[in-house]
Amino acid sequence: MLRFIRNRLLMMIPIVLGISFIVLLLLEITPGDPAKMLLGTQATPERLAALRAQLGLDDPILVRFVNFLWQIVHGDFGTSFMTKRPVFEEMIMRMPYTLVLVGISLAVSVGLGIPLGVYAATHHNTWKDNGAMFISLFFVSMPVFWFALLLVRFFGVELRWLPLSGIDSWQSWILPIVATSLGFVATIARQTRSNMLEVIRQDYIVTAKAKGLPERKVIYRHALKNALIPIIMVIGNMFGLLIGGALITEVIFGIPGLGQYTIAGLTGRDYPVIQGSVFMLSVMFSLVILIVDVVFAIVDPRIRSQSGRKKHKDQKDGNKIEENTQKIEA
Amino acid sequence: MVTKLKKTRKKSKLKDLWRRLKKNRLAVAGLIVLILLIFIAIAAPLLAPYSYSAQDSKASYSTGTAEHPLGTDKLGRDLMSRLIWGARASLEMGAIAVAIAAAVGITIGAIAGFFGGWTENICMRVLDIYQSIPMLLLCITIAAILGPSLQNAIIALGVCSVPGYARLMRASVLTVREKEYIESARAVNAGNARIILQHIVPNAMAPLIVEITMGVGSMILAGSLLSFVGLGVQPPTPEWGTMIAEGRNVMREHATLALYPGICVMLSVLACNLLGDGLRDALDPRLKN
Repeated sequence: MLRFIRNRLLMMIPIVLGISFIVLLLLEITPGDPAKMLLGTQATPERLAALRAQLGLDDPILVRFVNFLWQIVHGDFGTSFMTKRPVFEEMIMRMPYTLVLVGISLAVSVGLGIPLGVYAATHHNTWKDNGAMFISLFFVSMPVFWFALLLVRFFGVELRWLPLSGIDSWQSWILPIVATSLGFVATIARQTRSNMLEVIRQDYIVTAKAKGLPERKVIYRHALKNALIPIIMVIGNMFGLLIGGALITEVIFGIPGLGQYTIAGLTGRDYPVIQGSVFMLSVMFSLVILIVDVVFAIVDPRIRSQSGRKKHKDQKDGNKIEENTQKIEA
Repeated sequence: MVTKLKKTRKKSKLKDLWRRLKKNRLAVAGLIVLILLIFIAIAAPLLAPYSYSAQDSKASYSTGTAEHPLGTDKLGRDLMSRLIWGARASLEMGAIAVAIAAAVGITIGAIAGFFGGWTENICMRVLDIYQSIPMLLLCITIAAILGPSLQNAIIALGVCSVPGYARLMRASVLTVREKEYIESARAVNAGNARIILQHIVPNAMAPLIVEITMGVGSMILAGSLLSFVGLGVQPPTPEWGTMIAEGRNVMREHATLALYPGICVMLSVLACNLLGDGLRDALDPRLKN
């Protein structure tokens, strides 16, 4: 148990180092000279040289990497070119908004998606099942930003029920959360349904039924528990996808979170902001995956027995392939 | 003789797949929609009643007239023509990005799975780190840093979705690696390259077919998002995501300008998903008979 947690924690070190390195490389892939790009074509050579020195562009990459790590450890992500404010401070201020948006959206997706999937699976091949699945397919296939715009148009402009943008009261959160989570509700519902249908065919379900257990008990006690494992294992990954969604919903609904900050930094080519927020969001994401892993290691002895994330993650690939193995032979 | 045998077997496999796929009406519908979209994209100059940039100053924001069935935008450009032209960029993004991602991912996955040991270890750990950055975030960031253009958007989309294909391919190769026919290929002194290309990859591809089909859909979706934030196709070239962004400003008065391009995106992604679902079932031997 402790060994699992220790190994899993140790895995965070290369991951955080890796993220930092990628974040540093982002500046490297800028076509041409980033300094020139920032100051425009009319910049004097002196100013260019000064900025290059400030960004540390002249140093070898390894030196820059070490410097960058040193700064991060001290919570120093530089100052934004545009606002001249320290990036770290700004990020800390904005973080709660993003966490609330992503956290509640995740809760809504799981809380609605799983019951919906169970409902569809228990009504397999009826119009209820087909209808629910067909509608959810639309939600899966729809661009989130487009749906968000339609929500604003309908509930904000047409009906005037909810505020258009900005965060003033709890009502302001409704539209962004609906927009962010609806696609994921559909995804989880579809996943739950197909897992349930798979599990229902298993022998132990037949046994449970043969014992004379009531249908309800068979479904919730035996089937659902087993069907949920693959879904719960990917909750951490869902968090990452939701962060991606939050980037856009924050912009559309004017939520002053990290996503909005990131997009603003990207459109303004504000490198400290880009580096800082990509780093922050990625570390947040890795931490959530870490927490999910540890929590489920405590709950599920099967995960605990495999020490370290490596085997655990590769195992996940294996599960996916197991389903596909027979396909290969077909 | 041998090649002849091989050919007939391949043919019957495809035939078998098609026979099972066509029982699934939704999958066939998806396939038809996709073929239609490809046709529309290729034949855009012939199908579109107007050029995508032709302005009609007398018909700014017209709605559903005989000349402009779906209306026009602020500059009087025909919405339907722009939607038809827009199919090009969207499909291009979807198809090329997936091709890049799948090609790179399959190569990495095949090498990692086949050689195992430290090669595999390094590949997988690098992918772990790669995947610890939320995909869409990485994608938008790369696209923004490379500079806004269709080409860069495609590169960004492709680069970001490599890990998924690589992981799936590796896992699939692991199941194929131990098969007898690999052993027999080795027995006749086939080189590693030959074994991978001739025996491993073709046999490990099946699970990736579904992934690739659905991948086209998710790339179209992500591509429209990139265009929406101004990182994809640049105006005046029409693309559905860009059109939604343009329509956004006049959402209040002229909602259809953003509505229709969104429906186009949704339909094409839906088609990919339906076809992918159908293929998954058709490839699943447990559902045979």
